[in-house]
Amino acid sequence: MKVIVCIKQVPDTVEVKIDPETNTLIREGVSSIINPFDMYAIEEAVKLKEKFGLETIVLTMGPPQAGSALREALSLGIDKAIHLCDRAFAGSDTWVTSFILAKAIEKINNFDLVICGKQASDGDTAQVGPGIAAHLNLPQATYVRRIDTVHFDTTPKVMVVERLLEEGYELLELSLPAVITVVKEINEPRLPSLRGKMKARGADIPLWTNRDLDMEEEKIGLSGSPTQVIKIFTPPHKEGGKVFQGDPVDTVDKLMEEIKDLIH
Amino acid sequence: MSGIKIIKDKCVGCGLCIKACPLEAIVLVDKVAVIDLDKCNLCSGCVGSCKFNAIHIFRQSKPRDDISNYKGIWVFAEARDEVISSVVFELLGKARKLAAELDTYVGAVLLGCGVSGSLQELIHRGADKVFFIDSPALKHYIAENYTKSIVKLVNKYKPEIILAGATTTGRSLVSRIAVNLHTGLTADCTGLDIDKEKKILIQTRPAFGGNIMAQIISPNFRPQMATVRHKVMPEAEAELSRKGEIIKETFDEDEEDKRIKFLDFIKETISTVNLAEADIIVSGGRGLGEGSNFKIIEELASSLGAAVGSSRAAVDSGWIPYSHQVGQTGRTVCPKMYVACGISGQIQHLVGMQSSKTIIAINKDPDAPIFKVADYGIVGDLFKIVPLLTKKLKETLRR
Repeated sequence: MKVIVCIKQVPDTVEVKIDPETNTLIREGVSSIINPFDMYAIEEAVKLKEKFGLETIVLTMGPPQAGSALREALSLGIDKAIHLCDRAFAGSDTWVTSFILAKAIEKINNFDLVICGKQASDGDTAQVGPGIAAHLNLPQATYVRRIDTVHFDTTPKVMVVERLLEEGYELLELSLPAVITVVKEINEPRLPSLRGKMKARGADIPLWTNRDLDMEEEKIGLSGSPTQVIKIFTPPHKEGGKVFQGDPVDTVDKLMEEIKDLIH
Repeated sequence: MSGIKIIKDKCVGCGLCIKACPLEAIVLVDKVAVIDLDKCNLCSGCVGSCKFNAIHIFRQSKPRDDISNYKGIWVFAEARDEVISSVVFELLGKARKLAAELDTYVGAVLLGCGVSGSLQELIHRGADKVFFIDSPALKHYIAENYTKSIVKLVNKYKPEIILAGATTTGRSLVSRIAVNLHTGLTADCTGLDIDKEKKILIQTRPAFGGNIMAQIISPNFRPQMATVRHKVMPEAEAELSRKGEIIKETFDEDEEDKRIKFLDFIKETISTVNLAEADIIVSGGRGLGEGSNFKIIEELASSLGAAVGSSRAAVDSGWIPYSHQVGQTGRTVCPKMYVACGISGQIQHLVGMQSSKTIIAINKDPDAPIFKVADYGIVGDLFKIVPLLTKKLKETLRR
């Protein structure tokens, strides 16, 4: 029994700054972290491992430097990491990214569950998780806030999850294998243990290139991506607002005067 | 094979592209930018940063031969308990404008069980045709069954554009549909326009929590698909005299995906207005001191008919359920008005709300970062300000 976690390395938002002269994003020197939502995916996999003795595998697609994200996942208790790394993957949009990840998951084979974070903090699309489920033709549950029950002894194996919605949550029963994406509410990620860190440092992380996955080059990377980014720009900067200070009654009156046309 | 190159004659060595690169893949060698292709992932962030058009991304991709057969702009009519979500009317308003530019029709897709009461409403709000499937298998939103239904409709009627709300349902559903149709999908758009020359959809969306904007096209694939953020586009007004065509299709019961079962829906929210659909959101944060103080936030919200939001700090302290959290690890919202009370404005909170039309901040610390994004602010004790403001609003609005 296996659970596969898909993660992405992203720039740390806390450090992202705007260059006041050019009004563009300064990304130079910004450190990289595991996408915050993926930390919950990792933790959930480790919890399942502790409870049911599953094997856990972490997967990422990215340039060589993304290897450090995999090592961090190993230090948190994941058993094995695989790094999908090939220049032919560069420029992949969400369609192609989920295609490549699905190919790798198929190659790993014999898995019960794929867990992804709800969305990545840089692209914010939330499309790769359901994309993987579609490529693999598996049932999906997005925005999972709790795994209620898991039955690995039934045929098929099933699990009941709570899926967060705008006005509450729904209970879904999934036959495994399935794909879920998780939100923050699902758990509290642990810190890496010293033993975990030692293990991660020495771990052997296989690199899988397109030679391992054998996809047609025109179907992947920038060429294979249906969407094309034609322009990236910084939104017009907000002018400094009006801030009132002093006597509470006074300041509230001033604010009311400003917003009276906005409320009705 | 695709790639990227620097046009050496045009590069002046200004280094702007180095700052724009998230992967530190660009260096200057003899005053000319050089891209390390082992690090570059062709994200194209540098292309727009170059003032001299010296960076060129090339791709090898050819149009699929049959794309000219695709006509019409479709809107996914998301409904819960037989009520159409308000984002659908926003999408219909936008679809009418786009359809006028492309000289085509607007279609709405309604799936469900016993939802035929909404058919005329969709026509009144701008649909020329409503594609309708009524089946017990579609009573609850199950991505697998909804995907099968819509993929079948698309293959039969070939729309050129499909829009859906960027809701929890919309985002999960259309990702699956786009993969099955092998076409492009852009998430969470805040702008949609037509390139008049090429007759294609230009999709504008925020990334990095609204710190940058990207324009995206999918010129060689059909339909062009996008999810659209709530409250960004005005709703289409209902015109009761509008006429339209209803096209009924069926769901083949044998095709029902039995691998996923809907068991129950549990409503869980302390305010009556949900965050995604709210015109106004009032949020509370660490400054409230303790959970019971959320009462004053709820009172202010109710005087405005607003939803209640919160910062991460308030959720982590157990003062309010996670479903109310706004920010990077919560929800992204963009209401017409956002009132932040006792929220300092950490970047993780700002990325979830800074696209709101008007932002009002109430905080005791004049240096709190929230004031940098606020249109209006009051520096002071929120326990005095908030009740005063509630009282004033009640008088003005008579609620």
